[in-house]
Amino acid sequence: MAYDSWLYGFVFLPVCLAVYQLAPKGWRRRVLLAFSYVFFYLLSGTLLVYLLGTTLLIHCIGVWLTWLKSEEKAALTDVRGSEKKAVKSAYQKQSRRVLALGVVILLGVLAYLKYYNFFAQNVTGAMETLNLPFSLEAKSLIMPIGISFYTLQAISYMADVYWGKIKAETNLEKTALFLAFFPQIMEGPIARYSDTADTLFAEKSLEIQNLQNGYLRIIWGLFKKRVIADRLAVAVAAVFDNYTSYSGAIVAVSAVAYTVQLYMEFSGCMDIIIGSGETFGIRLPENFRQPFCARNAAEFWRRWHITLGVWFKTYIFYPVSMSGPVKKWNQYGRKHAGKYLTMLGTSAMALLPVWLCNGLWHGSRWSYIFYGIYYFTLILLGIAVQPLRDKALAVCHINEDSAVWRRIQITKTWVIIFVGELFFRANGFRAGLHMFRSIFQDFDIRQLWDGTVQGLGIENSDIAVVVAGCLAVALIGMIKERGICVRERLSECRVPVRWCAYYALLVAVVIFAAYGDGYQAVDLIYAGF
Amino acid sequence: MDTLMNILREIDDSIDYEKEQALIDDRLLDSFGVITLVAELEDAFDIVIEASEMVPANFNSAQAIYNMVCRLQEN
Repeated sequence: MAYDSWLYGFVFLPVCLAVYQLAPKGWRRRVLLAFSYVFFYLLSGTLLVYLLGTTLLIHCIGVWLTWLKSEEKAALTDVRGSEKKAVKSAYQKQSRRVLALGVVILLGVLAYLKYYNFFAQNVTGAMETLNLPFSLEAKSLIMPIGISFYTLQAISYMADVYWGKIKAETNLEKTALFLAFFPQIMEGPIARYSDTADTLFAEKSLEIQNLQNGYLRIIWGLFKKRVIADRLAVAVAAVFDNYTSYSGAIVAVSAVAYTVQLYMEFSGCMDIIIGSGETFGIRLPENFRQPFCARNAAEFWRRWHITLGVWFKTYIFYPVSMSGPVKKWNQYGRKHAGKYLTMLGTSAMALLPVWLCNGLWHGSRWSYIFYGIYYFTLILLGIAVQPLRDKALAVCHINEDSAVWRRIQITKTWVIIFVGELFFRANGFRAGLHMFRSIFQDFDIRQLWDGTVQGLGIENSDIAVVVAGCLAVALIGMIKERGICVRERLSECRVPVRWCAYYALLVAVVIFAAYGDGYQAVDLIYAGF
Repeated sequence: MDTLMNILREIDDSIDYEKEQALIDDRLLDSFGVITLVAELEDAFDIVIEASEMVPANFNSAQAIYNMVCRLQEN
């Protein structure tokens, strides 16, 4: 039952809303938890045990860390002066070990299920190359849905308790709901406890305004996913699965089409997910903020899959930046290497693990690792050329905030994104390289109008619908970029105008959604991660 | 406070640190600026700044940074 299915939007969610509303306060949380586990069971069956185990683990680690803190507090009242430092240090070490235990178990399970076969395949391949008699057998491993998302959420909970940013939850039901809340279990957003706890546990009664806002956003998400993304999916798959049959022109267009498909699908699903939360009055963090308005690769990642970026920044980038080796380099570098090289070295040391993890998080493929390293290289390059770039702009009297310069930067960022997504979607790194090369070596532009495109399973009418849909999404995006909330503006309009807009959106989804004869339901891309 | 102001001006002297209240939220100081600042603060005030302190509230203004430094010195 995917989020964009009619079963979810018109059966599962409304039934859950009704039961939630009928339940007395104190039970509503349990209703949400029960529905969340049913949802998870319908998708992953008995693999639910992984989610239950993770919940129990982080709950115990949280309580353990809190107990250690209270013990430390009691111990500190009995000592004076210099002994305090020793007591604090001893308890900090213990707490760190407890946190490490939780993190190692969770990452161990994730690594085994997600990366074991990749590891085995590469080790066996390397041994064969070296003519050594050693091999690792591939195993039939099935991952529970959303494990990559809820594992990160679980780690953030434990780390935040360890850092004292939140108090550990003493109610197991609440910890369980934080991790399992059904709208976000499949694709995130990766919420921190402090992001959602307030509204998630409030057990507010349903409100007309929340229902209206929530369902409006769900329908908007369906529009992006079913009208645009699913239409493009067929053509994109046709090119990427048979890339040797197409010229560089078709490959370039398909890279753009895949980027659009991925954005419409993932951001559309986020609209459905966040809208589902809104119907209950539960606030979930945003995951997208007009990513195609970014002026460079770093800014793009602050606008695209925001919660993943924030997670990596908080739990990898800063801890690595604050770690002993990086601090030592910083001290040494500022004395001996100068500011510029120190900053470059620090950036490289802190960014490499972030982007390596980003690539690996998406899956166990070399093309994903390349995808991470690609952005690492580009962002580091951006930092490296910054002084030179500033000087060049000053010499040429170019105003960085001018519209023309901004458009040039946005266009450059688009090219970076398209190339990245080409490798991301390609069936392996070699296929990606072949496709990328074909853009320069075999750019036969005639294939764009000689009927090849129509042979990809996409009709002219489909192309017209996709283009019109993209224009509508771009228009809404541009309005949002100016800080205007479209839904708020709509709600201020007169009733006939407002409802005309609502019905127009609904009718567009009903008429133009890619379902029925000739269309296949398309799996959610990020649910596979 | 004077030492702190000197450190901040050395990182970026185009910012009015006496007035600014959203150094992080408005992205006047980026991640790398903060890392450089942390290294300078640790040297100048003989403190250790852990990753848990890396929250916007601790770096949004000169006063917030100063408060964090004082708190860590007391600890």
